[in-house]
Amino acid sequence: MSVAKVQKTADLIAPRDEAGVIAAVNEARSSGAPLEIAGSSTKRAIGRPMQTAATLTTAKLTGVTLYEPSELVIGAKAGTPLKAIEKELEKNRQRLPFEPVDYRKVLASEGEPTIGAVAAANLSGPRRIYAGAARDCLIGVRMVTGRGEAIKSGGRVMKNVTGYDLVKLSAGSWGTLGVLTEVTLKVLPVPETETTLVYEGLGDKQAIACLSEGLGSPFEVTGAAHLPAGIDGAAKTLLRIEGFGEQMTYRSGELKTLLRRHGVPALLQGDASQALWVKVRDAEFFAAQDRALWRISVMPSRGPEVAAVATGAGGRVFYDWGGGLIWAAIPAEGDVGAGALRSAIAGKGHATLIRAPEAIRASVDVFQPEARPVAALTRAVKDIFDPDHVLNPGRMYAGS
Amino acid sequence: MSFIAMPKPDAAIIARRAEIAEGLRAIVGDQGLIVSEDERRAYETDALTAYSAIPLAVVLPATTEEVCAVLKYLNEERVPVIARGAGTSLAGGALPSEDAVVLGVSRMSAVLDMNFADRVATVQAGITNIAISQAVAHERFFYAPDPSSQLACTIGGNIAMNSGGAHCLKYGVTTNNLLGVKMVLMDGTIVDIGGEHLDAGSYDLLGLICGSEGQFGVVTEATVRILRQAEGARPVLFGFDSAEDAGACVADILAQGIIPVAIEYMDKPAIKVCEAFAHAGYPLDVEALLIVEVEGSDDEIDAMIARIVEVAEKHGSRYQRVARTEAESLAIWKGRKQAFGAMGRIADYMCMDGTIPTSRLPEVLTKITEICTRHGLGIANIFHAGDGNLHPLILYDINKPGELEKAEQAGAEVLKLCVEVGGCLTGEHGVGVEKRDLMLDQFNETDLHQQQRLKLVFDPNWLLNPAKVFPLEGRLAS
Repeated sequence: MSVAKVQKTADLIAPRDEAGVIAAVNEARSSGAPLEIAGSSTKRAIGRPMQTAATLTTAKLTGVTLYEPSELVIGAKAGTPLKAIEKELEKNRQRLPFEPVDYRKVLASEGEPTIGAVAAANLSGPRRIYAGAARDCLIGVRMVTGRGEAIKSGGRVMKNVTGYDLVKLSAGSWGTLGVLTEVTLKVLPVPETETTLVYEGLGDKQAIACLSEGLGSPFEVTGAAHLPAGIDGAAKTLLRIEGFGEQMTYRSGELKTLLRRHGVPALLQGDASQALWVKVRDAEFFAAQDRALWRISVMPSRGPEVAAVATGAGGRVFYDWGGGLIWAAIPAEGDVGAGALRSAIAGKGHATLIRAPEAIRASVDVFQPEARPVAALTRAVKDIFDPDHVLNPGRMYAGS
Repeated sequence: MSFIAMPKPDAAIIARRAEIAEGLRAIVGDQGLIVSEDERRAYETDALTAYSAIPLAVVLPATTEEVCAVLKYLNEERVPVIARGAGTSLAGGALPSEDAVVLGVSRMSAVLDMNFADRVATVQAGITNIAISQAVAHERFFYAPDPSSQLACTIGGNIAMNSGGAHCLKYGVTTNNLLGVKMVLMDGTIVDIGGEHLDAGSYDLLGLICGSEGQFGVVTEATVRILRQAEGARPVLFGFDSAEDAGACVADILAQGIIPVAIEYMDKPAIKVCEAFAHAGYPLDVEALLIVEVEGSDDEIDAMIARIVEVAEKHGSRYQRVARTEAESLAIWKGRKQAFGAMGRIADYMCMDGTIPTSRLPEVLTKITEICTRHGLGIANIFHAGDGNLHPLILYDINKPGELEKAEQAGAEVLKLCVEVGGCLTGEHGVGVEKRDLMLDQFNETDLHQQQRLKLVFDPNWLLNPAKVFPLEGRLAS
């Protein structure tokens, strides 16, 4: 099989409907020429380098197909810009609950991320701990599999256990199982206001304990991050609450009392609070391109121990999700800490290499390697969705 | 006689009952094996009692290793296996067949780990749903999904069916609260999927397994999120003159940016029966009743209830009762919680589980009544209004010849209606056998074949809970 190594603009396929996607996938199968699957390509640098003959983009599959504010549901063609969805939701003071991370700063990429890619990459942000990830809010998908078949799973209602949950499977499959053509998501109202408690000067372990106590309280913390010293000035430990005005006064007061052994927090309200959480969400502190960037998910109390491995490898870190999400920026050399980090994780979590030079992404596992029997399931799932490996081949794992 | 066909049991397997029982005894010993017909009969059905079959044998392993050995053996012998939690499925999810071994997880019911700092608990599959919440209650934590059968149903069964409950409007269903499983595949392979961390580093196999109705493997352990209890919770009760008004009120509450923990709906027939049974003080002269529950501190609850009352009044609520104390809260919930038992006293019923877009509520309720009236059957509606998950109870008399068939026919029409208006066949009970033959009303053959390819990845010989989920005709083989 000969595959063009250099992508040319002529090789951009932009179907206008589902039938066009099916035709492109079938053409790829019959000619043995695999496809890169893209929305607007802002996250194309995530994954192992691929050799594909052409790029299939959903950019021309656009438009909101369903929006029922009172049912808390929105549906759109996969190529609809996230920005357009958010604009539509704002009209009714609603939002995507999972606070999708915007990778453009850390990847130095341009373009408007699409809603299909938000699903395909299972994006989420700080509010993941309270409202779930994209996978939790995604309630329906249509996709074209690597078999060239259009299928659907889920639907437009919140509760649906009819048939296997291929919706969850498609979330986070990075275009390797199918090309999403339409997605339907659960939305939530935007609370009236938000408040962030900011504790200064805590060491990592105390900070994680502080976040954990906040998250274990009845006050519905929707963001819990720790920025060690040097990330954004002095060390800052952040707890966010959202709700009605009077509720915020009460809850911040209660949290202050509960967490008094950690000091007296400064309070950030409204816009100032929002702006800080955008930085946390997008890992903006690590926007400089010279280092490799890891996104690591572990049990929160293990955060400091895994983070110490990253700093031992010359890295800088900060924590989200009460300590369970570690962003680590590590010098872009050698295996960028992959071996050390993954042995510290010891199968109890995962590390994804979000940013690294191409040569490193070709030699280091970008996605978490799985234990043998699970890896066998993952491979078998890929094979039944994409038997000829024409969709993003090798993006997640070598040979599939 | 009912109209959902079960496959003809394999006589060759039945003929080998004694030999297979001995094979199982060698693995689990006498204490883990049930062979006498009387005792096997206890496993002949689940909560869908219209269907029953006495299984070949019942095996009750005590460890993951025993589950592994049992499945490996039965895989080699090509004997079908029905995994069973507490047998509370309303969809026939745990219905056995005469040529199948029931694998019950009831002897594996321990709490293995409680980690309050990380807000996770690891339990064995046979623990009841309520026991998880009870185990963590001393730290004022709870496990959120709360199916009505939570006193009896197991976490293993909840995972198989991706169960919901009244409070999932705020907290989500099983899949949103599950972090990891230990599962044994039919060939005996033990896999650990997920763990104590959030989200998958690769394909979301955990999301796929949750709701796979016992067709992928037998879950022996689960790691779940536990949450801190709210400071308090109180309901408010509203009565309306029409389903339209009640439906519009629900929509408007959500549109106002208020997400209660639960919004429950009862129609007039249901109110009457519940009130007669539970004496909860429900108004008898309204067409629709809503129970809306909110959480928080006392002041927060008061503030939120004030907003909700304002919305309800705008939509013509002409009866309202705000719970101010624990006792008043219990009184409001009393009728709702005893609703299914109360209905059972006046008639046999089939509990449907379709979900619809909430904006179609009044129209769908009218059509459901038409369908049941046409079949000469009674109907009562009790359901989770916030998320459109309907539970129409179709009333019939099992002793009248032909009534069960009529009820099944009416039920099928109701579920097709749910699909037609943009909803689905089942919101939280699962497909099981009950909705198996309606799957082509919601999916096309291509959709179902792709799902079946996944089944074959996990269980290439269709041995796990084989007669469920997919119509028997047109299935893929490996």
